[in-house]
Amino acid sequence: MSMVHVSARVNGDAVEFLCDSRETLLDVLRDRLALTGAKEGCGTGDCGACSVIFNGRLVASCLVLGAEAEGAEIETVEGMADGEKLHPLQQKIIEHAALQCGICTPGILIAARALLAKNPDPNEKEIRYWLAGNLCRCTGYDKIIRAIQDAAAEMREEA
Amino acid sequence: MALDEGKDVKGGHDAREYDHEGEFRHVGTRPDRPDGVDKVTGRARFGADAYAPGMLHAAILRSPHAHARILKIDTSRAEALEGVKAVVTRADFASGLEGEDWNILENIMAGEKALYDGHAIAAVAATSKFIARDALELIEVEYEILPHVTDVDEAMQPGAPVIREGAAEPGVPEGMHPNVVRYHESGHGDVEAGFAEADLVIERHFTTEATHQGYIEPHACLAQMGPDGRGELWCTTQGHWNVQKLCAKLLGVEASAIRVTASEIGGGFGGKTTVFIEPVAMALARKTGRPVKLVMSREEVFRASGPTSSASMDVRIGMKKDGTMTAAEGTFRLQGGAFPYAPMEFTAMCAFACYDLKHVRQRGFDVMTNRPKQAAYRAPGSPMAAFAVESVVDELCQKLGLDPIEVRLKNAAREGTRASYGPTYPRIGLVETLEAARAHPHYCAPLGPNQGRGVSCGFWFNFGGETSVTLALSMDGTAQIAVGTPDIGGSRASMALMAAEELGIPYEDVRVTIADTASLGYNEISHGSRVTYASGLAVIKAARDAKRKLIARAADKWGIDPEAVEWRDGAAHPAGENAGDFEPLSIKEICAEMGATGGPIAGHYEATPEGAGVSFATHIVDAELDPETGKTTILRYTVVQDAGKAVHPSYVEGQFQGGAAQGIGWALNEEYIYGEDGRLQNPGFLDYRIPVASDLPMIDTVIVEVPNPGHPYGVRGVGETSICPPLAAVANAVSNAAGLRLRQLPMRPARILEALEAKADGEG
Repeated sequence: MSMVHVSARVNGDAVEFLCDSRETLLDVLRDRLALTGAKEGCGTGDCGACSVIFNGRLVASCLVLGAEAEGAEIETVEGMADGEKLHPLQQKIIEHAALQCGICTPGILIAARALLAKNPDPNEKEIRYWLAGNLCRCTGYDKIIRAIQDAAAEMREEA
Repeated sequence: MALDEGKDVKGGHDAREYDHEGEFRHVGTRPDRPDGVDKVTGRARFGADAYAPGMLHAAILRSPHAHARILKIDTSRAEALEGVKAVVTRADFASGLEGEDWNILENIMAGEKALYDGHAIAAVAATSKFIARDALELIEVEYEILPHVTDVDEAMQPGAPVIREGAAEPGVPEGMHPNVVRYHESGHGDVEAGFAEADLVIERHFTTEATHQGYIEPHACLAQMGPDGRGELWCTTQGHWNVQKLCAKLLGVEASAIRVTASEIGGGFGGKTTVFIEPVAMALARKTGRPVKLVMSREEVFRASGPTSSASMDVRIGMKKDGTMTAAEGTFRLQGGAFPYAPMEFTAMCAFACYDLKHVRQRGFDVMTNRPKQAAYRAPGSPMAAFAVESVVDELCQKLGLDPIEVRLKNAAREGTRASYGPTYPRIGLVETLEAARAHPHYCAPLGPNQGRGVSCGFWFNFGGETSVTLALSMDGTAQIAVGTPDIGGSRASMALMAAEELGIPYEDVRVTIADTASLGYNEISHGSRVTYASGLAVIKAARDAKRKLIARAADKWGIDPEAVEWRDGAAHPAGENAGDFEPLSIKEICAEMGATGGPIAGHYEATPEGAGVSFATHIVDAELDPETGKTTILRYTVVQDAGKAVHPSYVEGQFQGGAAQGIGWALNEEYIYGEDGRLQNPGFLDYRIPVASDLPMIDTVIVEVPNPGHPYGVRGVGETSICPPLAAVANAVSNAAGLRLRQLPMRPARILEALEAKADGEG
């Protein structure tokens, strides 16, 4: 079985790995780079728990092959906090109790940050449609929406 | 709440534990959860996040047939594949098991027959997951395909394929099909006499489809077992002591030979109360002598974990013109897959539990079909009962021109009511939820065209169960609590709040750990809405035990009687005639000297609390029907539920909202769809559609607090009741929006369009 050699950048750090041509980016992040923040909830791109930023785009990393990551810039939940300082979205998710089990939380955070980069002041409907690809089974989404709105307001003030 | 545990259902138990006086200092506040940072940074380790040196990867071969005799399994080609280390089949597990232990083994690895699409046939461990998957294709299985049945009503018909001969328990009425394996009947009074008193009697037939808990984290585990017969298991579960017990039985080893650690759990809702892959991974680990990781795919979760039962129900209720309910009776048929223990007695017992009825009778039938073994799903059995009963109550209100909340208030169960399922209720909060719902602005808000409002009540027993907690004090006076109930939705926060309340120390000074099976006495599963109730009670009692010891140290130091010392604000104070004689001794001061004053200080509690306190809710929902497409949109939703005492109100609200969302999914979209071939047709989140963010409105919540007499702070479990009312509430809203009533769930657009057309034809 021949392996593919890939060089990429994850959360700003240069990484190199060998992967099977069938391995997804999610497999590589978790199994080869020990970044288990992105989760596999479905493996078919329906749940969003594996959301990462791939060359500036929000993607389901279970639908990207590891071999496609050559030269790519990848951002995961592990890169969201700045040292000891949490990202406002992380802080507000905790404050609003916008998680119960927490398995969807990394994907929600990555997706929400991508939304706020495009639209710093989204209304409820815009948040709901943007997050329609991120399943949460615990919360009914109510507190997640509120946390994102609160974080967005704080980020607008800081900007 | 797992039915197969054979535990008594408590409801009327009058355990007097409530003893709180004065204001709470910590309980009722909303601090950040202790594991919050772990969960937002990716640091929290869930089931699939564990790795071990030398680890193998496993995969499971599953039956493509709904019902087939297994004639032969040839694993030789798979075993010969480079990288394959072991293959296991049923022969690698214990023999001679009986009862539910045998059922569970039969479910996790088929014996003589494949009983459903997705039933495990064999499993492989290999050096990579790709090799393991490739090896599955090299296992040759010879099947003799048998006729199958997946529908509950069809499975009861004469001539239906028999799933297992001789499985029926005593008590099943004579002449029933062998697939009917258990029967329940309960109630009181004379229902026919009650119906004779009614001005209107309505009897209707209802069906609900099987739904899945839909936790986002698939089952996952990492197993190790050495040649000494001792093993370790890491897994995502709601109850690791139960996993330990079951793995030991299924592998034929002692329970203490396996130490189980519960990972962080990515949702369970009842679906992670039993075992599916864990004993398989242990068997492979035993055979290879190496760590084995086994993770289900989403398709496997749908096909081969434990969805809820589907149901076929008949409900008949009589009412006087003034809204008084005179009698009620119901028949509830549930299929629980190819095994006994569909929760039909819970369906029957919950059905009329909201009402004070002189004449009531309920019957349940447990039916086997060629589907996966059902598992608990949030208030198992109750939501479907509420769907049928609350729909009939609504129809009676419509026909008699009565207000649905007034009618429910008129008939509501109260303290002293003899419950439909037997016991007499202690203090309960149904009336308070109805009054709060009636007073909520939602209830009188105007509605637009094609919009309707629905109301429903719901009931769940709640549960106590075996509970063991240790609270150890550090030298600096901070507290470390070991609990045995996995934190499925923020329970570390509520445990820390209750410990801080008792000890009078800051919330931040309490650390809560979920201990492994070697570190505490047996702990029942995180189910039955029991964690905040039972583990919370245990934390309070363990803290009181520690407090007694702290007081004894202070008394000793002062040379006075411990009874002359009181604990307040995190310090021992001389009291009574000694008051003011000595400076108070803080917990920090006492703990700093613990080594020299008698040794380490810890509090313990081990018991089976039995005063869980039943729980009621009332939901209001507004829905809009699109007459062109048949699509239902939920416009507004309000949950009113009795929490007894909300320890961390944000997480109580979260339970209310989450249950409502799952119920909306069950009502409108979610269902297991089986083809003619008996295969599950929608084993993925694309086709089994759970509510997404854009499907739902904000979900308003009202926390009612009627203290539970069975808990020191009055806490009632809140996790499950919230899924009971939504099915009927949504159906009632749809009925009021469109003047038609759907008695089959889910109310998917095609079904609504069909009903709209039938109505138009009838009117035309």
